[in-house]
Amino acid sequence: MADDFLKQLETQRGYLLRVARLQLRDQALAEDVVQDTLVAALGAQAGFTGKSSVKTWLTGILKHKIVDAIRRKQREPVAASTLDDEADLEDFEGLFSGRGAWQESPADWGDPEQALNRRQFFDMMDFCLEKLPPNTARVFMMREVMELESDEICKELAITANNLWVILYRARMSLRECLELNWFAGGRQA
Amino acid sequence: MNPFHHLVGHFVSCRDVTHLVSQMQDRELSTFERWRLRWHLGVCKACLAFEKQMRFLHEAMRRYRE
Repeated sequence: MADDFLKQLETQRGYLLRVARLQLRDQALAEDVVQDTLVAALGAQAGFTGKSSVKTWLTGILKHKIVDAIRRKQREPVAASTLDDEADLEDFEGLFSGRGAWQESPADWGDPEQALNRRQFFDMMDFCLEKLPPNTARVFMMREVMELESDEICKELAITANNLWVILYRARMSLRECLELNWFAGGRQA
Repeated sequence: MNPFHHLVGHFVSCRDVTHLVSQMQDRELSTFERWRLRWHLGVCKACLAFEKQMRFLHEAMRRYRE
């Protein structure tokens, strides 16, 4: 039984590592955090009721470990300037005319189920996430995967709410562009 | 383009709408913002397509973590 559980946990290691790396931007630290998470999970096996998937349960544990790691890191001087650099909106100005209307309408991505049922789609998602600027990816993962509230993220990273919204906007606009180019326009969904 | 586009842009531009659509996932929009958003989405197909893409992205991230 314990062996089965261990195996189940191990299958999630790759996913946990990707998520941790995108947020911590530090391979060694990400590996430590994932190891801590798996050890904690093993010790808390009784706490796993099977109501949620193992993946969701592990993500919950990982969330706490990452927040702890960021707090510890926060004591070192953080590159707040990098966060400011990434809060620049110029990259997306080309999408709009001077009056702020779309130059070209966003495409119809069709039925979401078709893409979301394909494993390759999530490989492409990983590729697009990896391409985001480091802090943009980190903030986006905290919000959308760890499901931290906006004010928690602002507090942990010492940024303003406005800054946070701009960074999340950038992340979503970049991911949209990346998926449109590499998945929806490439005909790979067919 | 939509014949009402000038009029639409007068109230809130497509660029503004993209910000509102993103922010509504992270904060509560004000009544006025919600009204402006709904009004724009009612007449602008391009922004409606954008909003659909954002909903798709959100759903994709939900599946990503589950």
